[in-house]
Amino acid sequence: MGTRSVFLVSALAFGFAFLYVPILLLIIFSFNESRLVTVWGGFSTKWYAELFRNEQMLEAALVSLRVAVTSATIATVLGTLSALMMVRFGRFRGRLLFTGMITAPLVMPEVITGLSLLLLFVSLDTMIGWPAGRGVDTITIAHTTFCMAYVNVVVQSRLAGLDRSVEEAAMDLGARPFKAFMVITLPMLGPALVSGWLLSFTLSLDDLVIASFVAGPAATTLPMVVFSSVRLGITPEINALATLLVLVATVTILIAAGVMWRQERERERAVTKALRAERGD
Amino acid sequence: MTETRAPGAATGAAPRPEGSRPGAVLRRAEARPIIEIDDVVKTFGEFLAVDHVSLTVREGELFALLGGSGCGKTTLLRMLAGFERPTAGRILIGGQDMTEVAPYDRPVNMMFQSYALFPHMTVEANIAFGLRQDRVPKAEMRDRVAEMLELVKLTPFAKRKPHHLSGGQRQRVALARSLAKHPKVLLLDEPLAALDKKLREETQLELVGIQERVGTTFVVVTHDQEEAMTMADRVAIMESGRIIQVDTPHALYEYPNTRFVAEFFGTVNMFEGVLVEDEPDHVLIRCDALANPVYVGHGISAREQATVWVALRPEKLAISRTRPDAAHNWDRGIVEDIVYLGGISTFHVRLDSGALARVTTQNLERMSAPEITWDDVVYVCWRPDNVVVVTS
Repeated sequence: MGTRSVFLVSALAFGFAFLYVPILLLIIFSFNESRLVTVWGGFSTKWYAELFRNEQMLEAALVSLRVAVTSATIATVLGTLSALMMVRFGRFRGRLLFTGMITAPLVMPEVITGLSLLLLFVSLDTMIGWPAGRGVDTITIAHTTFCMAYVNVVVQSRLAGLDRSVEEAAMDLGARPFKAFMVITLPMLGPALVSGWLLSFTLSLDDLVIASFVAGPAATTLPMVVFSSVRLGITPEINALATLLVLVATVTILIAAGVMWRQERERERAVTKALRAERGD
Repeated sequence: MTETRAPGAATGAAPRPEGSRPGAVLRRAEARPIIEIDDVVKTFGEFLAVDHVSLTVREGELFALLGGSGCGKTTLLRMLAGFERPTAGRILIGGQDMTEVAPYDRPVNMMFQSYALFPHMTVEANIAFGLRQDRVPKAEMRDRVAEMLELVKLTPFAKRKPHHLSGGQRQRVALARSLAKHPKVLLLDEPLAALDKKLREETQLELVGIQERVGTTFVVVTHDQEEAMTMADRVAIMESGRIIQVDTPHALYEYPNTRFVAEFFGTVNMFEGVLVEDEPDHVLIRCDALANPVYVGHGISAREQATVWVALRPEKLAISRTRPDAAHNWDRGIVEDIVYLGGISTFHVRLDSGALARVTTQNLERMSAPEITWDDVVYVCWRPDNVVVVTS
């Protein structure tokens, strides 16, 4: 056990270092006094102040948030519906094709997704005049399409684990199918919906490639602003922004993990409690 | 056992003693039918799950559908609940055709094998769910829920969530929930399968008690022969989609109509034989596995030279070390194994023909040394009226 555990521990340490030291450095350098990104010039929060005076940056952040919230919400609804259909519809012709097509955006190179969506939007615009031009709407639609695939996967696994007879019991007791779904199935899917939404939200917030394809001059997301300003030279201001983004992502992930962890703990506690009750019964 | 035994099932109509709850059964024999299943067929693709089943369940009865897994009993139950639609045939509940009626419009409720409790609702809310769908007034709903909690002795647990209950308690919540709407018929899908043996035995009688108190017709699906015997007024035995025999537990055990029923319902020693002498008052059967012919004290409806099966229940065989001097109904063997079960012992006797006979004896005396032991040469014999003959 001895040598092995030393090896494992160092592998773990190295892995984590590889993942998180750069981020840690970035956070440290966001408090750099100096104008040069790589040279430490003392502690200061002036770049954060600078950041909040940057109109363009703030506006892009707002656009990003709007897009992320809208597309996460739509993706959750659509992803849930498609998951429901895939789990409940049973076998039908072309089921495999359909399954593949729903999950394809997960593995499709972003460049292809972006380019194809751009082509779609341009031809739609010329044919029916909607969406007029490219901007927040097109980014939202594009993000919805790939987020939907993620929600589908999350909800589908939860749905497959649900006992179908619970819904049947509701119908047996007089609830019509739609009501049974709303009152019984949906609440049981709750945690999956929450984590699907949060996942979509962060994915949308992160996306640069697809957004660059489908965004017009009217709308720029935060990652796009960051990327273009980096090309002109990195300022500590970007470090500050990145630190804030890391913070937002961490908080969202912690919430998602917390929801799932509480669910799990609840279940575990219930099981032990039930077992104890059983013994004392 | 009575001396004047009614003829075996193979002889056709004969007066039969009624089941373990004679009063109840006699009363219910006149009750009107509540469920009429009329030539129902259900296929899933190529698979024939239910094969031309016709069945009548009487009002107030505790009826069991008994069979191995995949025999179609659950499919039949789900058709009664409305979750499956029959491919052909009709289902009448309370005299009304329910074949096409959706589950939420049927006057029946179902208790699921997994209990299917709503995990995000309290015990109380679970029980009230059906009443709420019917828009029962608040005050009445409260009373009905309280009554149901009382019935299943769960009043102190009203505010708990299902996962804070033990298996037995969950089972009772499921029962209360499905009874709350006062259904005409309660369908129970393996209601006790998830409980451990001891709890299951207690719950069987508890369930019978509840059924008698509320007077609702119960249709129970089970694979457990003992459970069906303990609980049901009448039992339908199913195999590969068909109903083989419907009768009281007593009649199924003593007068099985086929080999399948005899073997499925209890333990039996089965010997294949040929009918060699056919008289109105007795028959003689010669079995390859038995040294002496089998004498049956009543006529049976089979021709001479027909192949028949002799079914001998282990407890109706006697074992001794003295050789009987009768001309039939005994055989010789060696004790191969003794299974001691406290109240009874089962002797596995290897007959001279190589066939195995199981004989159970009651251990009535505490101190007496066992008379028969391993490798003893013993004689197994039985009375002519304790033989069951089946022809298929």
